[in-house]
Amino acid sequence: MGKIVERANLRWFERLYLPAIWSGFKVTARHFFSWKRSEVYGKEQAGFELKATMQYPEERWTVPTGYRGAPYLVSDQDGHTKCVSCQLCEFVCPPKAIKIIPPGPAGKSADRPNAEKMPAEFEINMLRCIFCGLCQEVCPEEAIFLQKDYSLTGTTRAELIYDKEKLLALGGTHGGIQKWKHKLDEAKEQETFPLKD
Amino acid sequence: MDWINNLIAGLSAGQQLALFSLLKILAAIFLVLLPIVAYTVLVERKVSAFIQDRVGPNRTAPPFIKYLPVIGPLLQRLGIFQPLADGLKLFLKEDFSPSHVRTIYFWLAPVLAMVPALLTIAVIPFGSKLGAEKMVIADLNVGILYTFGIVSLSVYGIVLAGYAANSKYPFLGGIRSSAQMISYEIAMGLSVIPVFMMVGDLNLGAVIDYQAKHGWFILYAPVSFAMFLVAAFAETNRLPFDMPESESELVAGYNTEYSSMKFGLFFMGEYAAMVAVSGMMVTLFFGGWTLPFWGLDQPATSLLLSAAHIGVFLGKTLGLLLLFIWVRWMLPRFRYDQLMDLGWKRFIPLGLANIVVTALVLLLLNRN
Amino acid sequence: METTLFYIFAALTLLFGFLCVANPFSRNPVTSAMFLVLTMISISGLFILLQAFFLAAVQILVYAGAVMVLFLFVIMLLDLKEAEHTHVRKVALVTGLVSVMGLGVMLVLSIAGSGIVEAPAKRAIGDTKLLGQLLFSKYLLPFEIVSVLLLVAMIGVILLSRKEAK
Repeated sequence: MGKIVERANLRWFERLYLPAIWSGFKVTARHFFSWKRSEVYGKEQAGFELKATMQYPEERWTVPTGYRGAPYLVSDQDGHTKCVSCQLCEFVCPPKAIKIIPPGPAGKSADRPNAEKMPAEFEINMLRCIFCGLCQEVCPEEAIFLQKDYSLTGTTRAELIYDKEKLLALGGTHGGIQKWKHKLDEAKEQETFPLKD
Repeated sequence: MDWINNLIAGLSAGQQLALFSLLKILAAIFLVLLPIVAYTVLVERKVSAFIQDRVGPNRTAPPFIKYLPVIGPLLQRLGIFQPLADGLKLFLKEDFSPSHVRTIYFWLAPVLAMVPALLTIAVIPFGSKLGAEKMVIADLNVGILYTFGIVSLSVYGIVLAGYAANSKYPFLGGIRSSAQMISYEIAMGLSVIPVFMMVGDLNLGAVIDYQAKHGWFILYAPVSFAMFLVAAFAETNRLPFDMPESESELVAGYNTEYSSMKFGLFFMGEYAAMVAVSGMMVTLFFGGWTLPFWGLDQPATSLLLSAAHIGVFLGKTLGLLLLFIWVRWMLPRFRYDQLMDLGWKRFIPLGLANIVVTALVLLLLNRN
Repeated sequence: METTLFYIFAALTLLFGFLCVANPFSRNPVTSAMFLVLTMISISGLFILLQAFFLAAVQILVYAGAVMVLFLFVIMLLDLKEAEHTHVRKVALVTGLVSVMGLGVMLVLSIAGSGIVEAPAKRAIGDTKLLGQLLFSKYLLPFEIVSVLLLVAMIGVILLSRKEAK
C-alpha cells in the first residue's frame, strides 16, 4: 500500500519560505567558498587542486579490468598472428564492423608452423564497432581482445578503418597456449613413437 | 575634434536627435548589452560550477594568448574566451528547419523573443550625462508603462514558438509558459505602483532624482521590491519558476526544434530579458546610477564622473544578475499550481494591500 | 515630419486592418490575430502623434499585450480548421451591404461636418496626472461603472467555468 507521508504543519514564518531561502543560501555559499580537494582523485591531483572535475588530458582515469575498449588483434610469444581467419567474429559482429578476406586456396599460408591459414585482409571499422565484446567471446583462437583504448579519433572516416597491420601493432602480445605448435609437436612425437612389436 | 563639432552644429535639431539616438542605440546594444549577455552566460557557468564543486570552462583560449607570460594562463583558467567560442559555434552550426513546422512562425518566434528584451533597455538610464547628452536612449515621461507594455509583448515569442512546432508537447509547454508570464505581469505592475505614488512622476529619471534626494526605495518599499523580484524571476522563466522550461529538458519543450542562430536568439533573449529586468530593478529600487557618497548623486559634470556613474549602474546590475544566477542553484523548482497560486491568489491581494497602505501613509504624512 | 508619420501610421493601420480580415498568406486564424496585433501597435503610434503618451503605452500594454495574447490562446486551443465555404444567403448579403453603406455615410458626414483642425493638440503637461485627476473628479461615475462592468464580467467567467458541484 502507499506510504502516508506526514507533512509537518508549517508556522506562518516558515510558510513565507524565508527560512528555506536562508538555509539554501548557507549551503550554496559553503560550497562556493570551499576550495576543497576532490576526494576521488586525491593524491593524483597534485597541481590541480580543486573540485570534482578531472582535468582530462593532463589527468586520466584508471581503466578498470574488464573494460571493453577497442578490439585489437594479438600476436603470440613468437610474434606471429594468432588469427586463423575462421571468420566467426565477422559473422557474430552485430554492426558488421569486421571485414575479413580469407586467403583462399592460392593465398599466402600462415606465418606460424602448422596453422592452416591466416587472414589476407582483416579490417575493423572503428566507427561501426559498438564495443560489445562478442568477437572476443566467440574467437576460438584467443586472437582478438577488447583492450583498454577508449579514445579513438581521426579526421576522416578512412582513417578509422584499421587494417591488419595496425591492429596487430596496437594489439600487443598475448602468449598463452600455442595449440597448433603443441599439436605439431605431438604429431611429430607420434611419428617416432615406438609401436609394440 | 572641431570638424565633428561643426558637423553636428550644421544639422537641425531633429537630425541631431536622430544621430545621437542612433549612436546611443548602437553603443547600448553592441557595447553594453550583448557583451553583458555573453559574459552572463559565462558567469553563470562558472558560478554554478563553483557552487556544485566543479570548475566550469577553463580551457578555451586563442593559440597566441596561452603563451603570454602571466595573463595568458589566468585568462584561460577564467574561461574568458569561452563566450567567443560559443558564439562562433552558434553561427557555424547547421540551421535546420524540420519539415513539419509552420514556417513563418518558426522564423518569427525567436525574433519576437529577443526584440522586446532589447527594446526594454531603451528607457533605462545607464548614467547621468556624457557631455550634453543624457545617458538614456529615450527619456519617456511614461517610462515605466512603456516597459510593462514591451514586457507583455515578449509573451508572443513563447506562444508562437510553441505553436510553430506543430506538435502537442512544445505547444502545451509554450502555453503554460506564457500563462505563467501573463499572471506575473499583473503582480509586477501592482508592485511598483507605491514607488510611483511616492515619486509622483512616471519618468524614470525623476525616480532616480527622488532616490538621490531621499534615499533608495528598497528602504521605503521593501515589500514592493520583494514582489517585483519574484515577479521578475517568473517573467524571465528562471528557476524557481522554470517549470515550462524544465519540461523542455525532459520532454520536448518549446525550443527543441530550433538550432543554431534561432536557438541562440532564444537563449540570448532570455539573458537579455534578465539584464533588462535587473536594470529596471536597479533604477527603481537601488538608486540607478547614484551612490550616496563621493558626490556621485548629482548629474555628471566631467567625463570621469560620467564614466563613474555608468560604472556604478553596471556594477549594481551585475550584482542583481549574480543574485539571479545564485538563486537558480539555491532553490528547488516550484510546481506549476504552486506558481499560479502564488501569482494570482497571494501577490494580487498583497500588491493591492501594499498600495492601500502606502496611500494611507502618504496621506497621513502629507497632512502634517 | 509629423504629417509624414501620420500618413505612415494611418496607412499601416488601414493596411493591417484589411489584412487581418482578408489576407492572401494563409487561411489560418492565427495570422489574422497577428495582423490585429500590428493594427493595435499602429493605432498606438497614432496616439503618440496626438501627444497622448499614456494612452499609447496603455494601448500596447492592455490590448496588444494582454487581450490579443488571450485571443491567440483561444484560437490555438480551439484548433479551428480553415473556414469552410458556406453558402451565402441573399438576405445576409443585402443586410450586410446596407449596414456597411449606412456606417460609411455616417462616417463621411461626421468628418465633413467637423472641420479638420490645423494644429495638433498641445501636450498637456503631466498628461498622466491630468488624466488621473479627471478620472477621479469629473468622470468618477463612468469610471466606477466601468469597474463594476469588468467585475461583473469576471464573476460571470468564474461562474460559467466552475464545475457543477454534485
